[in-house]
Amino acid sequence: MKVALLGGTKGIGRALGRLLSERGHSLCLLGRNLAELEASAQDMQVRAGEPRSVPIAACDLHHPDGFADALAAASDKLGGLDTVIVTAALFATQEELESNIALTRDLVTVNFANTVVFCEEARKRLLRAGGGTLCVVSSVAGERGRKPVIIYGASKAGLSAYLEGLDHKFRAAGLKTVCVKPGFVKTGMTAGMAPPPFAGEPEGVAQDILKGIERGTPVVYTPGIWRYVMLAIRNLPRFVMRRISF
Amino acid sequence: MLSGWGRLPRPGKEIFSEDLRALSRNAVLSRGLGRSYGDSALPPPGHLEVATTTMAERILAFDESTGVLRAEAGLSLRELNRIFLPRCWFPPVTPGTQFVTMGGMVAADVHGKNHHVDGTFGAHVKSLVLRVADGRIVECSPSSEAELFWATVGGMGLTGHILEVEFKMHPIPSPWIFEERLRLPDVDALVAALKDSAADWPFTVGWLDCLGGGRAILNRGRWAAKDEAPASTPKPLGQISVPFELPNWVLNRWSMRVFNALTYHARGNVKGLINPEAFFYPLDKLLHWNRIYGHRGFIQYQCVLPNAGGARAFLELLRKHRAAAFLCVIKDCAEQGQGLLSFPLPGISIALDLAVDENTQGIVDHLNEAVVADGGRIYLAKDAFTRAEHFEAMEPRLDAWKAVRQSWDPDLKIRSAQSVRVFGDPS
Ligand SMILES: Cc1cc2nc3c(=O)[nH]c(=O)nc-3n(C[C@H](O)[C@H](O)[C@H](O)COP(=O)(O)OP(=O)(O)OC[C@H]3O[C@@H](n4cnc5c(N)ncnc54)[C@H](O)[C@@H]3O)c2cc1C
Ligand SMILES: NC(=O)c1ccc[n+]([C@@H]2O[C@H](COP(=O)([O-])OP(=O)(O)OC[C@H]3O[C@@H](n4cnc5c(N)ncnc54)[C@H](OP(=O)(O)O)[C@@H]3O)[C@@H](O)[C@H]2O)c1
Repeated sequence: MKVALLGGTKGIGRALGRLLSERGHSLCLLGRNLAELEASAQDMQVRAGEPRSVPIAACDLHHPDGFADALAAASDKLGGLDTVIVTAALFATQEELESNIALTRDLVTVNFANTVVFCEEARKRLLRAGGGTLCVVSSVAGERGRKPVIIYGASKAGLSAYLEGLDHKFRAAGLKTVCVKPGFVKTGMTAGMAPPPFAGEPEGVAQDILKGIERGTPVVYTPGIWRYVMLAIRNLPRFVMRRISF
Repeated sequence: MLSGWGRLPRPGKEIFSEDLRALSRNAVLSRGLGRSYGDSALPPPGHLEVATTTMAERILAFDESTGVLRAEAGLSLRELNRIFLPRCWFPPVTPGTQFVTMGGMVAADVHGKNHHVDGTFGAHVKSLVLRVADGRIVECSPSSEAELFWATVGGMGLTGHILEVEFKMHPIPSPWIFEERLRLPDVDALVAALKDSAADWPFTVGWLDCLGGGRAILNRGRWAAKDEAPASTPKPLGQISVPFELPNWVLNRWSMRVFNALTYHARGNVKGLINPEAFFYPLDKLLHWNRIYGHRGFIQYQCVLPNAGGARAFLELLRKHRAAAFLCVIKDCAEQGQGLLSFPLPGISIALDLAVDENTQGIVDHLNEAVVADGGRIYLAKDAFTRAEHFEAMEPRLDAWKAVRQSWDPDLKIRSAQSVRVFGDPS
């Protein structure tokens, strides 16, 4: 595969980039911090074990004007592009968001509005090239409105809905959309929180994502058990959801 | 609560980040994978947080032509081996577990079964990037800021937070080990066999049954040549986990005797090819094996004695104080490294696992007095009970190390529970 990965500097994206690289795929890292991108690219290059460079290109989810250029740069460096992956996103706790309106605006913009804009650019480019895969990490937090993740969850709910629609409309034309819904994963994003039961490791989640991409699975729950947890939560009546605190 | 591998808990909490520069900024202490046994990686009284490096684990450069590798301090040895063993590269020195970080290997200046050939890990380190106490980031090496470098190698994290480590990997002829195991009657025979094997075998270690009259097994190995090794790469070994803490009574004199007898008979007199993971890290098969000691926790007492005959007297002392050591590992040590607090010195290293009880402090005191009298020293990475006065008496280099530390950290901002106990730091 020829993959552009937005978010490969940390967490799930870093683990996925390493896995892709070890499996011999060509990879270009997109992100906002060039020094961090360079260090992560170097790491993935060494892990690849063969002389293959991992190029980088600047792309900040705060600046939608740069998205088309970033994807064009990735495509140039790899000699084409058949897969675009987005793991980048912001997280903040509900308490932080409730007391900080600027942060709320930022998070909703980055996680939803600008991610959709990025995906639109990727969609057009992939379709122009005859198809491919767009894999975007959303979250189980988008499955249901829940007290601890109202705003973050809403940004992911919107993203998941968008990705579902995209998959319905464009799969026949050759664009597969893979929407990844992780449960709790031990990364920097969750570093301050106590891990619940079935917390995942980024390496395991990366393997699930790669499998999803290879098979073209429209919705990937990871770790897998979250499929059943969310099935239960989706079916809880509203009056129950109102009482519980998760 | 937080503890070392010996599970003696203290108030403490780990904080994590991929960004070590940010994480270390105001940290009182760095911590790796917590495989030091005692209180080396625990915060001093009055502080709760330690900066755990395990998320900062990128390989920043590797030069195929020289083997020089640069990595962030939290890279684990297990991950390093997973990547490089199939490519016929191996770290120059490895401790007896893969669950350690590069930062921890430098801070303890670890030694392996090849100490008599290759010295400690620090001898192969080219440079370190440190966050020092005043907030600056300093690169040090044997040729620049050399004092800081040699105070950090073996300095137990007390001279600064290690952010990056650059060291030289060893090329190996194949990813397999050729090993020989020999049964021996007693400790003297074991010590003699270790010394005899040193010239021909790069890896040697001895296991001793302290409870069953001192019978022993010598284990020696070398990298298999290309033509004697299978073409395949060794498969990563699976692990099973001790799922919960066992009751204290499970490990007692009698169960230990049975275990040792089984070990002696199962592992004697063989030779052949072996997966390096099984050779170097026999205990890693059992995750959380420290839980078998139960709620009371345990320590490993490790010392090095300059004269080989000291080993027998030392074990007699152990018997006299009725200390039941489950595991006893004996290693051959050669020249002392340049790290100012580096543990090994020429002689014999003895490591004993002891369950903790009300007599432990007394036993450690007696053993330490014998070590002082012999001109040996103890290993800080394993220690939880040594008194400051004993350590001072063992360590002629202590003042030199303290002077370097003082010059980089006059207010002793960077401290550990161990540095308060052993170096008399303010708490
Ligand atoms: C089963 C087993 C076998 C072992 N065998 C051997 C052996 O054969 N030879 C040997 O030498 N040791 C051996 N050890 C000890 C082990 O190698 C050391 O304790 C090592 O330091 C552990 O590394 P860690 O990453 O777990 O560090 P930790 O235990 O987390 O920390 C150890 C020390 O290093 C410091 N430190 C860690 N990271 C940093 C950093 N980034 N910057 C500054 N300071 C830091 C800590 O402050 C602390 O003082 C063994 C341990 C076990 C459990
Ligand atoms: N961890 C979990 O428990 C969990 C659960 C469900 C869903 N998820 C989702 O999984 C994905 C990955 O999460 P993670 O835990 O791996 O997060 P993470 O460790 O915090 O990594 C986030 C990544 O996003 C990048 N990023 C953030 N803002 C950016 C911006 N404005 N422009 C470009 N890149 C930006 C970061 O790059 P920098 O290096 O520049 O900071 C980093 O690479 C996210 O979509 C997250 O919402 C995570």
